[in-house]
Order: sequence, then C-alpha cells, then structure tokens
Amino acid sequence: MTYKTIIGLEIHVELSTKHKIFCNCPNEFGAEANTLVCPTCLGLPGSMPILNKEVLEYAIKAGIAFNGKISNLIKMDRKHYFYSDLPKGYQVSQAEVPFCDGGYLEIELESETKKINLERIHIEEDTGKQIHSEEEETLLDFNRSGVPLIEIVTKPEMNSAEEAKLFLDKLRATLKYIEVSNVKMEEGSLRCDVNINVVDSETGKKSIIAEIKNLNSFRAVVKAIEFEEKRHIDLLEADKNTEKETRRWDEAKGETILMRKKAGASDYRFVVEGAIPPVRISDEWIEEIKTTLPELPQDKKTRFMDSFGLSSYDAGVLTQSKDLSEFFEETLKYIDDSKLVSNWIMGDVLRRLNDDEIEIQESKLSPKALADLLLLVRDDKINNNTGKKVLKEIFDTGNSPEKIVKEKGLIQISDEGELKKIVEEVLNNNEQSIIDFKNGKDRALGFLVGQVMKASRGKANPQLVNKMLLEMMEER
Amino acid sequence: MDITSLKAWEMKEKIIKKEISCKEVIQAHIKKIEEEDSEINAFISLNKEEALRKSEKIDEKIKKGEGIGLLSGLPIGIKDNIASKDLKTTCGSKMLDKYISPFNATVVEKIINNDGIIIGKTNMDEFALGDSTETSYFGPTKNPINKNVVPGGSSGGSAAAVAANMVALSLGTDTGGSVRQPASFCGIVGIKPSYGMISRYGVIPMADTLDHVGVFGRDVRDATLILDSLKGYDKKDSTSSKMSNSEAFSIVFEEDKGRNYLDGMKVAIPREYIDLVPADKKVQEQFDKAIKVFEKSGAKIEIVSIPHLKYAAEVYYIIMSCEVSSNMARYDGIAFGHRAEEYETLDELYINSRTEAFGKEAKTRILAGTYALTGSKNAELYQKAMKVRRLLKEDYDKVFASHDVVLSLSSKELPFELNSIKKTSIESYKLNMYSAPANLAGLCAMSIPIGEVDGLPVGMEITGDRFKDRTIIKAGIGYERAVL
Repeated sequence: MTYKTIIGLEIHVELSTKHKIFCNCPNEFGAEANTLVCPTCLGLPGSMPILNKEVLEYAIKAGIAFNGKISNLIKMDRKHYFYSDLPKGYQVSQAEVPFCDGGYLEIELESETKKINLERIHIEEDTGKQIHSEEEETLLDFNRSGVPLIEIVTKPEMNSAEEAKLFLDKLRATLKYIEVSNVKMEEGSLRCDVNINVVDSETGKKSIIAEIKNLNSFRAVVKAIEFEEKRHIDLLEADKNTEKETRRWDEAKGETILMRKKAGASDYRFVVEGAIPPVRISDEWIEEIKTTLPELPQDKKTRFMDSFGLSSYDAGVLTQSKDLSEFFEETLKYIDDSKLVSNWIMGDVLRRLNDDEIEIQESKLSPKALADLLLLVRDDKINNNTGKKVLKEIFDTGNSPEKIVKEKGLIQISDEGELKKIVEEVLNNNEQSIIDFKNGKDRALGFLVGQVMKASRGKANPQLVNKMLLEMMEER
Repeated sequence: MDITSLKAWEMKEKIIKKEISCKEVIQAHIKKIEEEDSEINAFISLNKEEALRKSEKIDEKIKKGEGIGLLSGLPIGIKDNIASKDLKTTCGSKMLDKYISPFNATVVEKIINNDGIIIGKTNMDEFALGDSTETSYFGPTKNPINKNVVPGGSSGGSAAAVAANMVALSLGTDTGGSVRQPASFCGIVGIKPSYGMISRYGVIPMADTLDHVGVFGRDVRDATLILDSLKGYDKKDSTSSKMSNSEAFSIVFEEDKGRNYLDGMKVAIPREYIDLVPADKKVQEQFDKAIKVFEKSGAKIEIVSIPHLKYAAEVYYIIMSCEVSSNMARYDGIAFGHRAEEYETLDELYINSRTEAFGKEAKTRILAGTYALTGSKNAELYQKAMKVRRLLKEDYDKVFASHDVVLSLSSKELPFELNSIKKTSIESYKLNMYSAPANLAGLCAMSIPIGEVDGLPVGMEITGDRFKDRTIIKAGIGYERAVL
C-alpha cells in the first residue's frame, strides 16, 4: 500500500519591534526576570492596551513578503483561557478577521518548484513564561508578556518532512530578508507546531490529524514528522484510528507523546477587544511599506538565474539566506566567474557550514578569500584537491589562501623539467603497471598518476602528469 | 450658612472671592462625613489628612493670586473602581479589598491638576455589577433622602455622597445606567457623556464597549463644571476621541444668561418606552409634567419609533455579560488580588480564589457571559447581539437626523427599599432599558430631577447624539431655568 503524508504548519514568529505590542516596554530577549514590565503587560486592573503602529508595519511587511492580501481593517479579539503565564486571562489576538488573508511561499524540490499556500496570518501578543525552580516552585517571568507575534497558518499542502523543512527554511530566510524577526528557534522567536495525518492513496482512508507541539528546532520538526508518519501508517494498518490528539515531541526519547485528546477541548470564547477600536489601514500605507521592502528571495532567485545563468535549483539555494546571497554577489566582485563561484559555494562551502552548523557570516571565510582561492585554482596555481584543502584551512584558521599556499608550499608543479624526475622514478618502481597498461588495463594509468601525486605531495598538475606518463611509457 | 449645601459652582465662586477658605470647605465636608457616613456608608476609604493639606496649599495659591484650576479646591468623591495611587481601589469587592494601584487613572490626574480635592473613594456594587449598591463587599449605601431605600447603583456611593452634601461633586461610571439611575434615585444631576469623551485609562473595566465615566452634581451647571475638567482625548486610552477636545461646555452658562434653550428644540419620545416598559403611574405623571414644561417653553414634541429598542434589554444583557466574563478573567489570584490559602493545583488556586472572592452577582454574570460566548452560542447570542446593536445605532442615527434630544424617564420605578425582595437578574436588566441604549449606541445622556412621588425623587433622562453633549446640557439648563 502507498500512503501520502499531509502536513500543515502553524508558525509563531516574534516580531523584533523596539517595543511590545501594547505598551512602551522594550521588546528584548534575555533580560533579568520581570524587569521589562508595566501595568499594561502585567494586566493590572485599569491598564489599557495601545496598539503599537510599528507592530502593524512589521506584520504588514511579512504579509506582503508572503504574498498575502492585507486587510484594510485591523480588528483585535480576546481569546480566553486560564494559565498562570497569561496575566489577563485572555490573549489579545485576531479571530475572524486576520490582518492577512491567504498568501504563499515557493519551495525548491529537486524536480520542481512547489507552491505552499497559506491560510492566513494574524497578529497576537505573546504570553509570559513559567520557570520551574529546583524547589519545585513555579516562578513567573512576564518580560515576554506582550511581545508582538504573528501566527502563520499554512494550508495542509506539504507531503514530507523534507518539504516541511524546505518551507521552514524559506520562511525563515524571508523573515530575515525583511528584518522583522530574529527567527531564532532556540530563543523562541520562531516556534512551529505541526498538523499531520496520512491518507491511503488506494482506499482514500485517512488517519486522524494530530497536532505536534514543543518542537524546538527544524531538526526536531523533521524527526517528529518522520516519527508521526510511521505512527499514523501503523494506526491505519492496524485499523486503530484515534481521536484528534495534541502530542508533544520528546527530544530525548525521539518520539511524540500524547498531551491531550482534542475533541471537546478548549473553547476560546472569542469576544471583541473593546479597548482597541478597529484600525483602518490605507492602501497608500500598504504601498509605502511595499517600497521599503528589500529584494525578496523569489525576485533575487529570478535575477540570479537571468544575470548569472544559474539553474533554478542553484539560484534557489544561493538566495535562501540573505547573507549567503550577498556573499555570493560579493565574491563575484573579485572573480568574474559565477559558475565557478556557485559550484564552490553549493559544494564545499555549504557542506562545511552544515558540518559546523553555522551561518556563512559566522564563518572565517570572506568573499575576498574565496575569490582569491578560486583565482589560484582557475590559474592552475593549485589543483582542485589542494583548493579544497586550502578552503578547509581558511575555515579553521581564517588565514588568506596565499599565505596558506605559500607556507605549506602547495603551489602546483606545472614545470615538466621539475616533474620528469618524479615520473621517471615512479615508472622505474612500477614496471608491472607499465606492462599492465600496455596490455590494455587502463586502471594502471590511474594508479601511476596517483603515485606521482603522492610523490609530489599533491602538488603536481594532474593533467600534466597524465600527459607525461603517456609519453614516457610510449618511449619505453 | 451651611457651606456643604452650596452648589459646587457657588462654592467655587466663594473660594475664589476669598469669602470662604478652601480649608473651611474641606473641614465642613469632613465634618459632614463624620456625622453622617456611619449610617449612609457612601465611602469605602477616606483621604482626610491629605485633603486638608491640599486645601491649605490651595488657599496659599489663592492668597498669592496664582492661577487656580477649574475645580479650585472643591471636595470630590471618586467611585472605587477608578485607580488611585494613594488610596486603595477595591471595586467594592473582596477580590481587591487590599489592592493599591501603582498608577492613577487619567481622571484622577485631571482632578489633581485642576486643583480638585479628593475626599475619598465611594461605595459601589461589586465591580459595578448591580443597580442598588447592595452587592458591595463593604455593605450597602443608604439613600440620604430616605434611609430605608437604596441610592441606586452601581455608583450609589458617589450619588449619595453628593446628595448628602458630603462632597460637592463626584465621579461614577456608567455601563448601562450606573450614573443616571442613582442620580435619579438621589435627586441630583448625573451626566454620562458620549463614548470617548472622558478617558477610561485607569477605570477598571466592566464591559469595555459600554463603559463610560460619568459625573454627579447638584445641578446641571455643577455637573458641567466637573465634566469640563475631565473631558479630552487621552493617548493612553485608544477609545477616547479627539472629538472630546471641543470647547468647554460651561461656555453655555456664559452665553446669553437666562436664554430659553428649549425654544424650538426638537424633542423625540420613543413610543417603545411607553408600550413596552410602562412606568409606575405616579412616576409617569411626573414625566408628563416635565414634557409639558418643554412644550410650554417652545419645544416641539414628537412621538417617534426606535424599532430595535424592543431588543435593547436582551442585547445589553448579552453583550454586557460577555464582556464582564472576559474582564473578570484576570482576577485569578496569581499576580494581584485575593488568593485562596488552600489549593493543591493551579486549577484549584483559580477556583478557590474566585469562589471565595466574587459575590453572587459577579458569579451570575460571569456564568451568563461565559455561556453566551461558548461554542455555537457565540454566534447565536453574542455575535447576533452585536449585529442588533448596530441596527439600534442606525435607528438612533435616523432619530437624531431630525431631532435634538430624546426624552424618557431615567428609571421606570421609584427608589426601592433596601433588602427588598430581589428581582431576578433579567427583570432588573429590563429596568435598564431606559438607560442602556445610550451605552449601546455611545450616546450622551443625562438624568435630571423632575419631581417627587411619596417624597422620593424622580429623574428624567435627556439623551443626545454622540458628541452632541452640548445639546443635552442646553436642554438640561433650559429645563432648570423653566422650572425655577
């Protein structure tokens, strides 16, 4: 049987505005507990919320970047539930009318570009935080209370962990491009819940949707989806469908754990937020905000394809992060070879960043250093393999390629006179290989090239060695 | 001369002319409170020493000939759901019986800045939920006119304090009639200005879309004096309006003294009031008499229809309860207010704290509101009520397109006896039908005394279009001049 996985995401993003959404308290992460609070974000009786215009601006930026329709009227509602980190007994959010309707993001699959549609984006306030002390007390920190959030709800249009991951990458990249959030999952400025079920492609039978919470990294999202896919398939195959559930990802156990059955669960008793009259958003203001947006990933991708002749896939990867795309363009200022630069970034540079789990701007590699390195390769001063070693060295030490090449004596030997002695010696020591080669075993040539490279400590120009070996064996 | 029996504007004139000192005024009122309030119970907390200190400063200012604020040392009472830094703000509830706000409400700041003197915080129905001031955790307030009857509510303490000459002026709040009905019961003037006229910052909300700050005085001029000192846009309250930055209303008194404002005034009387909520016969007679006064003075009276008034009580009841249930959610025993001593879990902490500290009326309305917001009822009751509310507003728009004011009784009944057999909630909400529509539509409205029945006062309600507060003030003054 074949199963199709259906995934929808709900993503909370903290906006990096200067102040909180309803008061003048600073919007900062990591301050001492309860130092960034006032009567309004503590929900003290008689305090009133004043909707921060900057929050609207940031939210609208995001709405435009995600191709959504911005509403001309912002209305706020109250969503009720009791929890100790929720000082008013309700969260100010948007119920019926979100500020942004629809929208989409495109992700790059190997074979195609896939459009993931959004249901809506709405504005809301963040809650405080519970801290559990060693004495088993629950302490409350309200610094986060009233930090502005947008909640992005996708349609259930992703079909694998990989697609979800690509979507999140693109989402994070876009938010970074437009500078409305720090999008750091570890600081909670980006949080993601997954809605998932599977459908039997033959019978059309579906498992019941589960919502997965407590996902603290993209890796956890991927692992939780993979775990759930299997769990849902097992449930379907055993014909044991459950109720709608909310589950929690347990990182240590590597599995999801039931939190609560959803049926008959919380009713949020939405009511109009009477302390905040609806705000009109003019088309002019929306247009004005549009003009302040930087080039978005999608537009940059098209430009990279057109101006640098990159493939859709390569352009997609290079524009995924604003920093990476800027690194690419900066490198091109020193070496006018977009294909070479793209190949190296897509290959060894990204591999190294992934291994180290860092972003390009955190690495010791500068655009100038990469360009200098590639110039050495292009001009045959060093060979490709040496280039890779030098790149590693730059990542480790931050030294310039020239310095590394000079200090380690890595300059390629392209002088026949200099190489002749080594080649001769290798041939003398490997008589059998010469016989093998002459008997038609091509592999023997590769072996001999390897021996020369080894004897030259990797510095020999491999093409030249190849040519010389053929000539010198002919002579014997 | 008993200073305390003077009207506020008379007191103000005498203070400015140095005929009496501000300190004498404050001393006289404190004495009055000491003599009478043990029985009337208009105050929850008092501010005697500070008030006296302040009065000396004001006398000093006057002596030096410095400029003096609009309220020039007048003694003022403030309803106890209005936040003040120096006195506790209890909302008449056990929930907040020790609560001291870290900030002043904008209206408190304005009184201070206008040289008013805050005498104390006045009694009220718990969280303003009630119409008799009997639901207060601090005991009921008695009506100074007849101590066997209630002063009305929920701003009963503020109304009684003015009626008993314990303060010259006072502040109340009005969500469905909580200023106008007690004004009517205590025989004084109460004004609930248009929605957005006075900042609600620091006013502990009952129902945000209906809540207003209102004022009490012994006549229209008194009420207007304090209204002028409070009105104005406040950037701390998004629901306050820049329309409120209009010219002072007291200008009306300086314009052409003795002018007959009723002449030519277009008056509407909704037939729905007569048909749907017939008043007590003797009370109705007082109203008819007052209408005659308008007519004689040249007003044009017309019976009109406001079709959606017939749903107003239900619409008010639903929306008010929904917003009340929401606003009461923050009283959970966590960060402030009463916390139960015994609990095992977080849920128990909530349940026990709220069970112990909320009174019966608060619980009733929290339950009603929670019901009307939950599941399918949200659309069937709450959202539908909001739609009818819009239709009611449109009805009023039509009436005000061709009329200046709408007249009705302030309450269809006389002040009732303390501890009288309790009406069910819905019956008592029906009584709000004369006043609650003004809250639903954000209109300005005033209650003005028009007579007595069996020694108990009767009030008339004058309602005007939103931000036509000047019109109802003119109507009120016009009436006062006509009957003088």
